[in-house]
Amino acid sequence: MMAKEILLEGRHLVREFPAKGRKKVHAVSDVDLTIYAGETLALVGESGCGKSTLGRTLIGLIPPTSGTVLFEGTDLTGLRPGAFAPYRRQMQLIFQDPYASLDPRMTVRDIVAEPLVTYGLCPDKAATTRRVRELLDAVGIPEEFLYRYPHQFSGGQRQRIGIARAIALHPRLIVCDEPVSALDVSVQSQILNLLKDLQERFGLTYLFISHDLSVVRFMADRVAVMFLGKLCEVGDTASLYTRPLHPYTRFLLDAIPRADPRLRDTGRALLQGEIPSPIDPPAGCRFHTRCPYATDRCRTEAPALRPLAGHEVACHRAGEV
Amino acid sequence: MDEMTLKIEHLCSGFFTERGYVPAVDDVSLLIPRGHVVGIVGESGCGKSMIARSVMGLLKYPGRITGGSIRLDGRELTGLTDRELQPIRGREMAMIFQEPMTSLNPVIPVGKQMREALLLHEDISRSAAKAEVIRMLSHVGVSEPEKRYNAYPHELSGGLRQRVMIAMAMICKPKLLIADEPTTALDVTIEAQILRLIRDLSRETGMSVLLISHNLGVIAQMCDTVYVMYAGKIVEQADALTLFDSYAHPYTRGLMDSVVRLDATPRRLPAIGGVVPNLLRLPAGCAFAPRCPHAVERCQAERPALEELSPGHWCRCFERGRE
Repeated sequence: MMAKEILLEGRHLVREFPAKGRKKVHAVSDVDLTIYAGETLALVGESGCGKSTLGRTLIGLIPPTSGTVLFEGTDLTGLRPGAFAPYRRQMQLIFQDPYASLDPRMTVRDIVAEPLVTYGLCPDKAATTRRVRELLDAVGIPEEFLYRYPHQFSGGQRQRIGIARAIALHPRLIVCDEPVSALDVSVQSQILNLLKDLQERFGLTYLFISHDLSVVRFMADRVAVMFLGKLCEVGDTASLYTRPLHPYTRFLLDAIPRADPRLRDTGRALLQGEIPSPIDPPAGCRFHTRCPYATDRCRTEAPALRPLAGHEVACHRAGEV
Repeated sequence: MDEMTLKIEHLCSGFFTERGYVPAVDDVSLLIPRGHVVGIVGESGCGKSMIARSVMGLLKYPGRITGGSIRLDGRELTGLTDRELQPIRGREMAMIFQEPMTSLNPVIPVGKQMREALLLHEDISRSAAKAEVIRMLSHVGVSEPEKRYNAYPHELSGGLRQRVMIAMAMICKPKLLIADEPTTALDVTIEAQILRLIRDLSRETGMSVLLISHNLGVIAQMCDTVYVMYAGKIVEQADALTLFDSYAHPYTRGLMDSVVRLDATPRRLPAIGGVVPNLLRLPAGCAFAPRCPHAVERCQAERPALEELSPGHWCRCFERGRE
């Protein structure tokens, strides 16, 4: 890869939410994450691991409990709303549920025009409409649908509209939070292809949040695996899929049901048990309660991310097991 | 006993709406031999869940079975009243859903719900029923079953709820388990556990399974025979190995191509263009023709029938095999 320019960087990010009593939900716990300009970085993990919270914290939708976020070197945490606005434009979000993320009472034209109007990017109404037409064209929505309402579109088309809205402000970074999880497989491929095309055309950087490791394999340049609020492993996609170093990454990859009846599950080791609660995460390595390789050290001492064989991995025993 | 647990022949069911009859299931025939796992794969709206609901007698107004026959262990189910179906549902056939909360009562502890189901169908004492429930909970991998017996559904995680629902479906030892997208809402590590559980239960008890899924991975891992559905019709059927090795229908090909491979990454994913047709305005010819890269004139005008390509491998396409 070429010399990589850092676009966004999270340092020691922590986000806690209040829970019942005096307890806290430890959604994100001391995460360092770097996103390079022009890449697709995937954030994968199971439900409740904190991946969506981390994504939203990185783009300033949720303030961190502690830690900093740097956008091209500028510290965004603690900026006043007015000072934050120019950065807000640079970072957009695409949601999972295309049915819930569009206002049912607005036409497609108004939905896509909203960010343009808010930021005063077009001199008049006609110019705004012209720009909306361009954006819809870029995402493959026919122009004659301009004055239709969200309920008149299929799930895939709604997701296209959400994407048009996200790219309206020429952002640098788009956080895609499970953008195809609610779609049928044949439509999934259309949307994934579209996201790749737009990335090339507009030089976009993606933080691609997903629990679907097959989709991530196709989309991502690099992958960060998250478990219960912490990163387990970060590495280049091809390398991570062929040589996973963290036991959790390995279990995740092994669990994907392969679309080949010859590769049937014949009693391979499965990850046992459930995901522990983020209200009371296990001491030491948070994965130790499900990990077959855990030792006493894992039960008491939390492993930090360390470089190993081209990846970064947070496991005391990575490399030996 | 019939060697077929379930025999569906020429089933038609659909919805009577203000805008006309919606043929959600159109002339579907399907066999489940005893102890087999049979899969139906297709995208939303193809009619796969409608088949499940037709078998269970769970179609709600304005949905109705309009023709054909459904026989469970030789006994005709179509035409039975709800009252006549009641002792068959639960006892002989049971269903699990994508979202466990739809079949669990939120205000009754899960153990009690299972005990009531058992008492309804079997003549045993309450304490024996409770013991059986705890045995079944432990059998499906619920840890601390005595404690979970008194838990309310909302107190359990998604994976545990799914296990409880499976335990509830299994408690009366049905001959047929219908699983409608049983793992779609679950994380991949939990999905693997649940799929293994369903398969082990089927092997141990000889229970037949009808597995409905949009996920070809799940289908490949689980099924002996696979039916591919599109717009209310079976478009291809074969044993799993034949289907995955030598699929013939362009729609099956489209689905297979959409699966992301883990060992290679193309620049673009092959996608099926267009959208699923409106069942109220089906094309005159093959329902897949408008999206089919191989469609010829005949496909627009005539509807293809299912043809047997090799023993047990059926395909509904004029142009199959031609590229």
